[in-house]
Amino acid sequence: MKNHLSRLPAAVGLAVLILFWTGGAFALSDAYKNNIYHPGLLKPVDSNLKVKVGKKAPDFTLPAINGEQVSLSQFRGKKNVVLSFVPAAWTPVCSDQWPGYNMVKDIFDDHDAILLGITVDNIPTLYSWTNQMGQLWFPVLSDFWPHGKVARTYGILRSDGVAERALFVIDKKGVIRYIDVHNINQRPALEVLVGELDKLK
Amino acid sequence: MRRIAILAILLVSLLVWAAPLAAAPPKVGGQLPDITLTAPKDSTEKDYLGWGWGKSFKIPEIKAPYVLIEIFSMYCPYCQGEAPNVNKLYAKIQANPKLKDKIKLIGIGVGNTAFEVKTFKTKYKIPFPLFPDGDYVIHKQVGEVRTPYFIGVKINADGTTRVIHSQLGVLGDVDQFLTQFSALTDLKQEVLP
Repeated sequence: MKNHLSRLPAAVGLAVLILFWTGGAFALSDAYKNNIYHPGLLKPVDSNLKVKVGKKAPDFTLPAINGEQVSLSQFRGKKNVVLSFVPAAWTPVCSDQWPGYNMVKDIFDDHDAILLGITVDNIPTLYSWTNQMGQLWFPVLSDFWPHGKVARTYGILRSDGVAERALFVIDKKGVIRYIDVHNINQRPALEVLVGELDKLK
Repeated sequence: MRRIAILAILLVSLLVWAAPLAAAPPKVGGQLPDITLTAPKDSTEKDYLGWGWGKSFKIPEIKAPYVLIEIFSMYCPYCQGEAPNVNKLYAKIQANPKLKDKIKLIGIGVGNTAFEVKTFKTKYKIPFPLFPDGDYVIHKQVGEVRTPYFIGVKINADGTTRVIHSQLGVLGDVDQFLTQFSALTDLKQEVLP
Protein backbone atom coordinates (compact mmCIF):
# COMPACT_ATOMS: atom_id res chain seq x y z
CA MET A 1 0.00 0.00 0.00
CA LYS A 2 2.82 2.32 0.91
CA ASN A 3 4.40 1.60 -2.40
CA HIS A 4 1.20 2.41 -4.26
CA LEU A 5 0.67 5.56 -2.29
CA SER A 6 4.12 6.75 -3.21
CA ARG A 7 3.03 6.77 -6.84
CA LEU A 8 0.15 9.12 -6.17
CA PRO A 9 2.17 12.36 -6.05
CA ALA A 10 3.75 11.42 -9.37
CA ALA A 11 0.33 10.73 -10.85
CA VAL A 12 -1.03 14.02 -9.59
CA GLY A 13 2.08 15.74 -10.88
CA LEU A 14 1.57 14.25 -14.31
CA ALA A 15 -2.07 15.29 -14.30
CA VAL A 16 -1.12 18.85 -13.38
CA LEU A 17 1.56 18.84 -16.08
CA ILE A 18 -0.99 17.78 -18.66
CA LEU A 19 -3.29 20.50 -17.37
CA PHE A 20 -0.71 23.23 -17.87
CA TRP A 21 0.59 21.78 -21.08
CA THR A 22 -2.47 22.97 -22.91
CA GLY A 23 -3.21 26.48 -23.98
CA GLY A 24 -1.68 26.38 -27.43
CA ALA A 25 -4.47 28.57 -28.69
CA PHE A 26 -3.72 30.93 -31.53
CA ALA A 27 -5.47 32.94 -34.19
CA LEU A 28 -4.15 32.91 -37.72
CA SER A 29 -4.13 35.76 -40.17
CA ASP A 30 -5.74 35.07 -43.51
CA ALA A 31 -2.50 36.48 -44.97
CA TYR A 32 -0.96 33.03 -44.70
CA LYS A 33 -3.89 31.16 -46.29
CA ASN A 34 -3.26 27.45 -45.79
CA ASN A 35 0.52 27.71 -45.74
CA ILE A 36 1.00 27.33 -42.01
CA TYR A 37 2.32 24.06 -40.65
CA HIS A 38 0.75 23.01 -37.37
CA PRO A 39 3.26 21.29 -35.13
CA GLY A 40 0.63 20.60 -32.48
CA LEU A 41 1.14 21.26 -28.81
CA LEU A 42 4.81 21.30 -27.81
CA LYS A 43 6.67 21.05 -24.54
CA PRO A 44 6.48 24.64 -23.22
CA VAL A 45 10.24 25.04 -22.67
CA ASP A 46 12.91 22.60 -23.80
CA SER A 47 16.31 24.16 -23.05
CA ASN A 48 18.47 25.49 -20.23
CA LEU A 49 19.05 29.23 -20.16
CA LYS A 50 22.74 30.19 -20.11
CA VAL A 51 22.46 33.94 -19.63
CA LYS A 52 21.24 36.05 -16.70
CA VAL A 53 19.55 39.35 -16.06
CA GLY A 54 22.18 41.87 -14.93
CA LYS A 55 24.96 40.23 -16.97
CA LYS A 56 26.41 41.28 -20.33
CA ALA A 57 24.58 39.84 -23.32
CA PRO A 58 26.88 37.65 -25.43
CA ASP A 59 27.74 39.43 -28.65
CA PHE A 60 26.94 37.90 -32.02
CA THR A 61 26.96 38.70 -35.71
CA LEU A 62 24.27 37.25 -37.95
CA PRO A 63 23.21 37.74 -41.56
CA ALA A 64 19.99 39.67 -42.13
CA ILE A 65 17.48 39.10 -44.91
CA ASN A 66 18.57 42.30 -46.64
CA GLY A 67 22.11 40.94 -47.01
CA GLU A 68 23.67 42.95 -44.17
CA GLN A 69 25.58 41.52 -41.25
CA VAL A 70 24.12 42.68 -37.96
CA SER A 71 26.03 42.59 -34.66
CA LEU A 72 24.56 43.13 -31.24
CA SER A 73 27.56 45.28 -30.29
CA GLN A 74 26.84 47.81 -33.04
CA PHE A 75 23.97 49.16 -30.91
CA ARG A 76 26.14 49.57 -27.79
CA GLY A 77 25.77 53.09 -26.43
CA LYS A 78 23.18 53.90 -29.10
CA LYS A 79 20.02 51.82 -28.72
CA ASN A 80 18.30 49.50 -26.34
CA VAL A 81 17.86 46.15 -28.06
CA VAL A 82 14.98 43.69 -27.95
CA LEU A 83 15.89 40.24 -29.22
CA SER A 84 12.84 38.30 -30.30
CA PHE A 85 13.68 34.67 -30.96
CA VAL A 86 10.83 32.68 -32.47
CA PRO A 87 10.95 28.93 -33.08
CA ALA A 88 10.34 28.59 -36.79
CA ALA A 89 9.02 30.22 -39.92
CA TRP A 90 5.62 29.10 -41.20
CA THR A 91 4.29 28.02 -37.82
CA PRO A 92 1.16 29.37 -36.14
CA VAL A 93 2.15 31.56 -33.19
CA CYS A 94 5.37 32.86 -34.73
CA SER A 95 3.60 34.02 -37.87
CA ASP A 96 1.61 36.45 -35.76
CA GLN A 97 4.15 37.71 -33.27
CA TRP A 98 6.33 39.90 -35.51
CA PRO A 99 3.46 41.52 -37.44
CA GLY A 100 2.28 42.74 -34.03
CA TYR A 101 5.67 44.28 -33.29
CA ASN A 102 5.72 45.66 -36.81
CA MET A 103 2.63 47.72 -35.99
CA VAL A 104 4.13 49.33 -32.90
CA LYS A 105 7.39 50.82 -34.22
CA ASP A 106 6.43 54.01 -32.37
CA ILE A 107 6.52 52.18 -29.02
CA PHE A 108 10.04 50.92 -29.77
CA ASP A 109 11.06 54.40 -30.97
CA ASP A 110 9.67 55.98 -27.79
CA HIS A 111 11.91 53.69 -25.78
CA ASP A 112 14.94 54.27 -28.00
CA ALA A 113 14.89 50.56 -28.81
CA ILE A 114 15.59 48.44 -31.85
CA LEU A 115 14.06 45.04 -32.41
CA LEU A 116 16.04 42.15 -33.84
CA GLY A 117 13.94 39.18 -34.98
CA ILE A 118 15.85 35.91 -35.01
CA THR A 119 15.06 32.32 -36.00
CA VAL A 120 17.23 29.33 -36.91
CA ASP A 121 15.72 29.22 -40.42
CA ASN A 122 17.84 29.98 -43.46
CA ILE A 123 17.61 33.30 -45.32
CA PRO A 124 15.43 32.15 -48.29
CA THR A 125 12.84 30.67 -45.92
CA LEU A 126 12.84 33.79 -43.74
CA TYR A 127 12.54 35.95 -46.85
CA SER A 128 9.47 34.13 -48.18
CA TRP A 129 7.83 33.95 -44.78
CA THR A 130 8.36 37.55 -43.68
CA ASN A 131 7.16 38.76 -47.09
CA GLN A 132 3.68 37.69 -45.95
CA MET A 133 3.91 40.11 -43.03
CA GLY A 134 4.18 43.26 -45.12
CA GLN A 135 7.13 45.65 -44.88
CA LEU A 136 9.00 45.02 -41.64
CA TRP A 137 10.82 47.97 -40.06
CA PHE A 138 13.23 45.78 -38.05
CA PRO A 139 16.03 43.43 -39.17
CA VAL A 140 15.28 39.73 -39.38
CA LEU A 141 18.36 37.62 -38.70
CA SER A 142 19.16 34.04 -39.57
CA ASP A 143 20.81 31.87 -36.91
CA PHE A 144 20.93 29.02 -39.40
CA TRP A 145 24.66 28.29 -39.69
CA PRO A 146 26.47 27.14 -37.65
CA HIS A 147 23.06 25.88 -36.75
CA GLY A 148 21.46 27.79 -33.87
CA LYS A 149 24.83 29.01 -32.59
CA VAL A 150 23.45 32.18 -31.04
CA ALA A 151 20.41 30.40 -29.61
CA ARG A 152 22.76 27.80 -28.10
CA THR A 153 24.99 30.53 -26.63
CA TYR A 154 21.97 32.06 -24.92
CA GLY A 155 20.75 28.62 -23.87
CA ILE A 156 17.48 28.66 -25.77
CA LEU A 157 18.10 26.03 -28.44
CA ARG A 158 15.54 23.26 -28.02
CA SER A 159 16.41 19.60 -28.35
CA ASP A 160 14.82 19.45 -31.82
CA GLY A 161 17.04 22.27 -33.12
CA VAL A 162 14.59 25.20 -33.11
CA ALA A 163 14.83 28.19 -30.80
CA GLU A 164 12.53 28.94 -27.92
CA ARG A 165 10.00 31.75 -28.16
CA ALA A 166 12.17 34.10 -26.14
CA LEU A 167 12.49 37.82 -25.53
CA PHE A 168 15.62 39.55 -24.24
CA VAL A 169 15.72 43.22 -23.39
CA ILE A 170 19.28 44.54 -23.51
CA ASP A 171 20.12 48.10 -22.46
CA LYS A 172 22.53 50.51 -24.15
CA LYS A 173 25.38 49.22 -22.01
CA GLY A 174 24.82 45.74 -23.40
CA VAL A 175 23.42 44.44 -20.11
CA ILE A 176 20.48 42.03 -20.13
CA ARG A 177 17.59 43.65 -18.27
CA TYR A 178 14.77 41.21 -18.94
CA ILE A 179 14.41 37.61 -20.13
CA ASP A 180 11.22 35.83 -21.06
CA VAL A 181 11.65 32.28 -22.28
CA HIS A 182 7.98 31.95 -23.05
CA ASN A 183 5.78 28.91 -23.34
CA ILE A 184 6.47 28.08 -27.01
CA ASN A 185 2.75 27.50 -27.63
CA GLN A 186 1.73 30.99 -26.62
CA ARG A 187 2.44 34.53 -27.67
CA PRO A 188 3.80 36.90 -25.00
CA ALA A 189 1.46 39.79 -24.25
CA LEU A 190 2.65 43.10 -25.63
CA GLU A 191 2.06 45.04 -22.41
CA VAL A 192 4.62 42.96 -20.52
CA LEU A 193 7.36 43.85 -23.00
CA VAL A 194 6.28 47.50 -23.02
CA GLY A 195 6.38 47.49 -19.20
CA GLU A 196 9.97 46.20 -19.30
CA LEU A 197 10.96 48.85 -21.85
CA ASP A 198 9.39 51.48 -19.58
CA LYS A 199 11.81 50.44 -16.84
CA LEU A 200 14.77 51.44 -19.05
CA LYS A 201 13.64 55.05 -19.19
CA MET B 1 -4.57 2.65 -6.01
CA ARG B 2 -2.60 2.65 -9.20
CA ARG B 3 -5.76 2.25 -11.19
CA ILE B 4 -7.29 5.20 -9.40
CA ALA B 5 -4.24 7.28 -10.20
CA ILE B 6 -4.35 6.32 -13.87
CA LEU B 7 -8.06 7.02 -13.93
CA ALA B 8 -7.46 10.42 -12.36
CA ILE B 9 -4.91 11.27 -15.04
CA LEU B 10 -7.22 10.15 -17.80
CA LEU B 11 -10.13 12.10 -16.38
CA VAL B 12 -8.17 15.32 -16.00
CA SER B 13 -6.69 14.96 -19.49
CA LEU B 14 -10.10 14.35 -20.96
CA LEU B 15 -11.58 17.37 -19.23
CA VAL B 16 -8.78 19.58 -20.44
CA TRP B 17 -8.68 18.29 -23.98
CA ALA B 18 -12.42 18.30 -24.45
CA ALA B 19 -12.66 22.01 -23.68
CA PRO B 20 -10.86 23.36 -26.75
CA LEU B 21 -13.01 21.35 -29.17
CA ALA B 22 -14.03 24.19 -31.42
CA ALA B 23 -17.38 24.94 -32.97
CA ALA B 24 -17.76 25.39 -36.72
CA PRO B 25 -17.65 28.90 -38.21
CA PRO B 26 -21.06 30.64 -38.05
CA LYS B 27 -23.32 29.57 -40.90
CA VAL B 28 -25.76 31.87 -42.67
CA GLY B 29 -29.23 31.10 -41.36
CA GLY B 30 -27.94 29.84 -38.04
CA GLN B 31 -27.85 31.48 -34.62
CA LEU B 32 -24.87 33.48 -33.41
CA PRO B 33 -22.95 31.68 -30.63
CA ASP B 34 -23.67 32.95 -27.13
CA ILE B 35 -20.87 35.52 -26.98
CA THR B 36 -20.29 37.53 -23.81
CA LEU B 37 -18.38 40.79 -24.05
CA THR B 38 -17.00 43.07 -21.36
CA ALA B 39 -18.91 46.36 -21.30
CA PRO B 40 -16.99 49.32 -22.72
CA LYS B 41 -15.93 52.02 -20.26
CA ASP B 42 -16.08 54.77 -22.82
CA SER B 43 -19.41 56.64 -22.79
CA THR B 44 -19.33 57.30 -26.55
CA GLU B 45 -19.05 53.56 -27.13
CA LYS B 46 -21.85 52.89 -24.66
CA ASP B 47 -24.05 55.40 -26.47
CA TYR B 48 -23.16 53.82 -29.81
CA LEU B 49 -24.22 50.37 -28.59
CA GLY B 50 -27.29 51.87 -26.92
CA TRP B 51 -26.29 50.02 -23.87
CA GLY B 52 -24.70 51.15 -20.64
CA TRP B 53 -25.30 48.96 -17.65
CA GLY B 54 -23.64 45.99 -16.02
CA LYS B 55 -20.11 44.69 -16.46
CA SER B 56 -20.72 42.45 -19.41
CA PHE B 57 -23.27 42.07 -22.15
CA LYS B 58 -24.31 39.86 -25.00
CA ILE B 59 -24.50 40.87 -28.64
CA PRO B 60 -28.33 40.69 -28.89
CA GLU B 61 -28.44 43.40 -26.21
CA ILE B 62 -26.99 45.90 -28.67
CA LYS B 63 -29.78 48.31 -29.56
CA ALA B 64 -29.85 47.83 -33.31
CA PRO B 65 -31.49 45.36 -35.66
CA TYR B 66 -28.18 44.45 -37.33
CA VAL B 67 -24.65 44.02 -36.05
CA LEU B 68 -21.55 43.44 -38.15
CA ILE B 69 -18.79 41.75 -36.17
CA GLU B 70 -15.18 41.79 -37.27
CA ILE B 71 -13.07 39.00 -35.83
CA PHE B 72 -9.54 40.40 -35.95
CA SER B 73 -6.16 40.29 -34.25
CA MET B 74 -3.69 43.09 -33.65
CA TYR B 75 -1.06 40.59 -34.78
CA CYS B 76 -2.67 39.88 -38.14
CA PRO B 77 -1.15 41.74 -41.09
CA TYR B 78 -4.35 41.55 -43.16
CA CYS B 79 -6.35 43.02 -40.26
CA GLN B 80 -3.87 45.85 -40.02
CA GLY B 81 -4.16 46.50 -43.74
CA GLU B 82 -7.94 46.24 -43.63
CA ALA B 83 -8.40 48.63 -40.68
CA PRO B 84 -8.72 51.84 -42.77
CA ASN B 85 -11.23 50.10 -45.04
CA VAL B 86 -13.41 49.04 -42.11
CA ASN B 87 -13.21 52.59 -40.75
CA LYS B 88 -14.47 53.74 -44.14
CA LEU B 89 -17.38 51.33 -43.91
CA TYR B 90 -18.22 52.68 -40.45
CA ALA B 91 -18.13 56.25 -41.77
CA LYS B 92 -20.47 55.31 -44.65
CA ILE B 93 -22.96 53.75 -42.27
CA GLN B 94 -22.82 56.69 -39.86
CA ALA B 95 -23.22 59.18 -42.70
CA ASN B 96 -26.40 57.50 -43.90
CA PRO B 97 -29.31 58.54 -41.63
CA LYS B 98 -31.23 55.46 -42.71
CA LEU B 99 -28.48 53.06 -41.68
CA LYS B 100 -26.92 54.93 -38.78
CA ASP B 101 -28.98 53.38 -35.99
CA LYS B 102 -29.70 50.16 -37.83
CA ILE B 103 -26.27 48.64 -38.41
CA LYS B 104 -23.70 48.64 -35.61
CA LEU B 105 -20.10 47.64 -36.06
CA ILE B 106 -17.95 45.94 -33.43
CA GLY B 107 -14.58 44.20 -33.47
CA ILE B 108 -13.38 41.29 -31.38
CA GLY B 109 -9.60 40.90 -31.02
CA VAL B 110 -9.03 37.17 -30.74
CA GLY B 111 -6.05 36.27 -28.59
CA ASN B 112 -5.56 39.96 -27.89
CA THR B 113 -5.30 41.43 -24.42
CA ALA B 114 -7.12 44.68 -23.56
CA PHE B 115 -3.80 46.50 -24.01
CA GLU B 116 -3.28 44.97 -27.45
CA VAL B 117 -6.80 45.85 -28.58
CA LYS B 118 -6.30 49.41 -27.34
CA THR B 119 -2.97 49.60 -29.21
CA PHE B 120 -4.73 48.52 -32.40
CA LYS B 121 -7.57 50.99 -31.84
CA THR B 122 -5.20 53.91 -31.25
CA LYS B 123 -2.89 53.01 -34.13
CA TYR B 124 -5.66 52.87 -36.72
CA LYS B 125 -7.97 55.45 -35.08
CA ILE B 126 -10.82 52.97 -35.00
CA PRO B 127 -14.04 54.77 -34.07
CA PHE B 128 -16.22 51.75 -33.23
CA PRO B 129 -15.97 49.54 -30.13
CA LEU B 130 -13.34 46.78 -30.00
CA PHE B 131 -13.33 44.01 -27.44
CA PRO B 132 -10.52 41.75 -26.25
CA ASP B 133 -10.72 37.96 -26.33
CA GLY B 134 -7.39 37.31 -24.63
CA ASP B 135 -8.05 33.68 -23.79
CA TYR B 136 -9.56 32.73 -27.17
CA VAL B 137 -12.96 31.86 -25.66
CA ILE B 138 -14.88 33.69 -28.39
CA HIS B 139 -12.42 32.52 -31.04
CA LYS B 140 -13.37 28.94 -30.18
CA GLN B 141 -17.08 29.83 -30.19
CA VAL B 142 -16.79 31.12 -33.76
CA GLY B 143 -14.94 28.07 -35.03
CA GLU B 144 -11.35 29.35 -34.75
CA VAL B 145 -11.66 31.25 -38.02
CA ARG B 146 -8.68 32.90 -39.65
CA THR B 147 -8.62 36.68 -39.46
CA PRO B 148 -10.12 38.98 -40.49
CA TYR B 149 -13.53 37.34 -40.49
CA PHE B 150 -16.84 39.20 -40.76
CA ILE B 151 -20.13 38.02 -39.31
CA GLY B 152 -23.37 39.87 -40.02
CA VAL B 153 -26.20 39.22 -37.59
CA LYS B 154 -29.86 40.12 -37.44
CA ILE B 155 -31.09 40.69 -33.92
CA ASN B 156 -34.70 39.74 -33.53
CA ALA B 157 -37.09 41.48 -31.14
CA ASP B 158 -37.19 38.39 -28.92
CA GLY B 159 -33.41 38.43 -28.46
CA THR B 160 -32.70 35.56 -30.84
CA THR B 161 -30.24 36.04 -33.66
CA ARG B 162 -29.84 34.97 -37.24
CA VAL B 163 -26.53 35.01 -39.07
CA ILE B 164 -27.05 36.77 -42.40
CA HIS B 165 -23.44 37.04 -43.53
CA SER B 166 -20.29 35.03 -42.83
CA GLN B 167 -17.08 35.95 -44.62
CA LEU B 168 -13.40 35.11 -44.36
CA GLY B 169 -11.01 37.78 -45.52
CA VAL B 170 -11.14 41.45 -46.37
CA LEU B 171 -14.28 43.37 -47.36
CA GLY B 172 -13.06 44.76 -50.66
CA ASP B 173 -14.89 47.81 -52.01
CA VAL B 174 -16.94 49.12 -49.07
CA ASP B 175 -19.71 50.67 -51.22
CA GLN B 176 -20.22 47.36 -52.93
CA PHE B 177 -20.06 45.52 -49.63
CA LEU B 178 -22.59 47.84 -48.02
CA THR B 179 -25.00 47.44 -50.93
CA GLN B 180 -24.67 43.66 -50.80
CA PHE B 181 -24.96 43.57 -47.03
CA SER B 182 -28.01 45.83 -47.02
CA ALA B 183 -29.64 43.55 -49.56
CA LEU B 184 -29.50 40.81 -46.94
CA THR B 185 -31.40 42.98 -44.48
CA ASP B 186 -34.88 44.47 -44.28
CA LEU B 187 -33.18 47.82 -44.80
CA LYS B 188 -32.58 47.27 -48.49
CA GLN B 189 -35.43 49.50 -49.57
CA GLU B 190 -33.98 52.32 -47.56
CA VAL B 191 -30.48 52.04 -48.95
CA LEU B 192 -31.16 51.82 -52.63
CA PRO B 193 -31.71 55.18 -54.31
